[in-house]
Amino acid sequence: MTELIERAESAPETETIELSMQQAINRALRTLLAEDPRVLLFGEDVGALGGVFRVSDGLQKEFGDQRVFDTPLAESAIMGMAVGLAMNGWRPVPELQFDGFAYPAIDQIVNQVARMNYRTRGAAPMPITLRLPSFGGIQAPEHHGESLEALFAHTPGLKVVAPSDPGEAYSLLLQSVRSDDPVVYMEPKACYWDRRPVRLSEPTDPIGTSRVVRPGRHATLVAWGAMVHRCLQVAELAAEDGVELEVLDLRWLKPIDAAGLAASVARTKRAVVVHEAPLTAGLGAEVSSLITEQCFRDLAAPVQRVTGFDVPYPAGPLEHQYLPTIDRVLFAVQRTLEY
Amino acid sequence: MPSPESTGRGAITVEHLSPELTRGLYRDMRTARDLDTEAIALQRQGVFPAYVSVRGQEAAQVGGVSALDPARDFVFPTYREMASALAYGVEMVGYMSTHRALWHGGLYDVMESRFGAVNAVVGGPVPHAVGWAIGESLRGGDGVAMAYFGDGASSEGDVHEAMNFAGVFGAPVIFFCQNNQWALSVPNHRQVAGGSIAARAEGYGLPGVLVDGNDVGAVHTATAQAVERAREGGGPTVIEALTYRVEPHSTSDDPGRYRDEAEADRWRRRDPLDLLRAAMIEAGHADEAHLDRVDAEAAARAERIRDGVATAPEPHGSELFTHVFRESTEELSRQRRTWQEEVEL
Repeated sequence: MTELIERAESAPETETIELSMQQAINRALRTLLAEDPRVLLFGEDVGALGGVFRVSDGLQKEFGDQRVFDTPLAESAIMGMAVGLAMNGWRPVPELQFDGFAYPAIDQIVNQVARMNYRTRGAAPMPITLRLPSFGGIQAPEHHGESLEALFAHTPGLKVVAPSDPGEAYSLLLQSVRSDDPVVYMEPKACYWDRRPVRLSEPTDPIGTSRVVRPGRHATLVAWGAMVHRCLQVAELAAEDGVELEVLDLRWLKPIDAAGLAASVARTKRAVVVHEAPLTAGLGAEVSSLITEQCFRDLAAPVQRVTGFDVPYPAGPLEHQYLPTIDRVLFAVQRTLEY
Repeated sequence: MPSPESTGRGAITVEHLSPELTRGLYRDMRTARDLDTEAIALQRQGVFPAYVSVRGQEAAQVGGVSALDPARDFVFPTYREMASALAYGVEMVGYMSTHRALWHGGLYDVMESRFGAVNAVVGGPVPHAVGWAIGESLRGGDGVAMAYFGDGASSEGDVHEAMNFAGVFGAPVIFFCQNNQWALSVPNHRQVAGGSIAARAEGYGLPGVLVDGNDVGAVHTATAQAVERAREGGGPTVIEALTYRVEPHSTSDDPGRYRDEAEADRWRRRDPLDLLRAAMIEAGHADEAHLDRVDAEAAARAERIRDGVATAPEPHGSELFTHVFRESTEELSRQRRTWQEEVEL
């Protein structure tokens, strides 16, 4: 028996397989449901259907409808229910179907989930991981392509994370659900079907650490979610002109890896922050400020921001004019290099 | 049933209850009444920045929680549940410290007390109760959740969502509405379409019960039936206890601007403590001498709680940072150092 358990635990770490992010998250949920009987998965359509993105595919069948179940369509009650479940010893993993549908639940998320541990002076912790399909890039209907990270990061008591590839999605979800703090786990929809060879592994880095996905020495591109891949495309193109760009995947949007940002920019002396959310009061401002405060004397140019515009998220045909394009990021790189 | 036009004092009976029970109800209601009076005095003295009185609602509160078992059930209050907290056995200096604004949510241990944090977003805790109750069913436990809300909160979407969830899941939860007829300055007829909160239960497939909120025996019996049903797997119940907020909404309020005090006076004449006292004597559950003794003990306990909360130490500034996270962050530690260097000095 013990041997079986050990094998089951070590198996994912040894195999390298090709998975999409949606499949990797499914694997992580399976691992979590199997390892901890307190983990509950619930939300709209997560049961028999397996979620609108099939992220919970097969999990109700495998773990039963007491562990994985559908709720009525009411986001505020889903998050409020998570609070009560946590107070009864469960480890809730609610899903809100799309980013824009988190707004009806903001009262529960901000007023209740985020501060329950605080207001009860630690008596009632909230080990809740809110899974939230997030960001744009899939030409979705209105309210299906929002970037709420600044709102969540601004809320005391919440931790916020956005993975950028399947392997990351796996280990970061394990880390989020095992955390005793509430975590908003933002799943970049644009990356759901992107298959790559991954090694499913236990989390190794502490919560709040970034990672350099491409080293470089002329400037640092900071991004998260699907924008990491946009930045990698830019770095590839810039390399053809002999410009070596470092790409830093921030991953944790609260807490932000200030030291990681400083370490990178102290070397490259230039930084461009790229995100999908609108510019004003976006998380890019926080990143820019953290870099400037720590690297003021090292900086050769002001930190550039390439973001969505200060407009409501647009419909399909305009989406790719709204989201940071390769050209816009390249222009920003040029501005910082020529400053 | 009393109506808002009720002019007489009416009478209640406790003959269907045990003398032990009614003596306990009287003791708790009397203690809550005295503590309420002390709290208003503390506000006048500047010790409390504000206070929300439960006067006149003691029967609705004590009668309800007295049907629960503090060892296995869980109460989710809003902010006007002092008599419930007291009757449920919550540590009252810690509870009243919220009114002294020592800590938002209260200094009592909500998990140990099985009595949730004080909550000003009045619809907010109702889905918590449903989640707790669903979790209790999943655990195979037989605990029951009690969700408190008022006529004002009955308009909140969370309350409707919670009732629907509870109906779908068959959760062991009691939706206990204290209809005190005033949501701050807004009366029932401007708040509750259809005129009845209990009647809304039908739409969710739940039993709905309207009870005289000033008749503690009636409240206790209605709640006990709902608790029994929930414990046995019969699902949720909506209870609407009709009562009246005889005091202002809070010590900062001025009811003269929006209501006729003659109506409040009619309800003051239906004081739930007076009604219970008369009924106990009528039923032979206690005599005047006994009740006088209880009154003296209640007053003494209320004074002890008052003194406790008035002299409770203020939280240390470092506690600003202590419970934000279970696992704190480097950034928060940095801000704590800033506080130490620039605020604490």
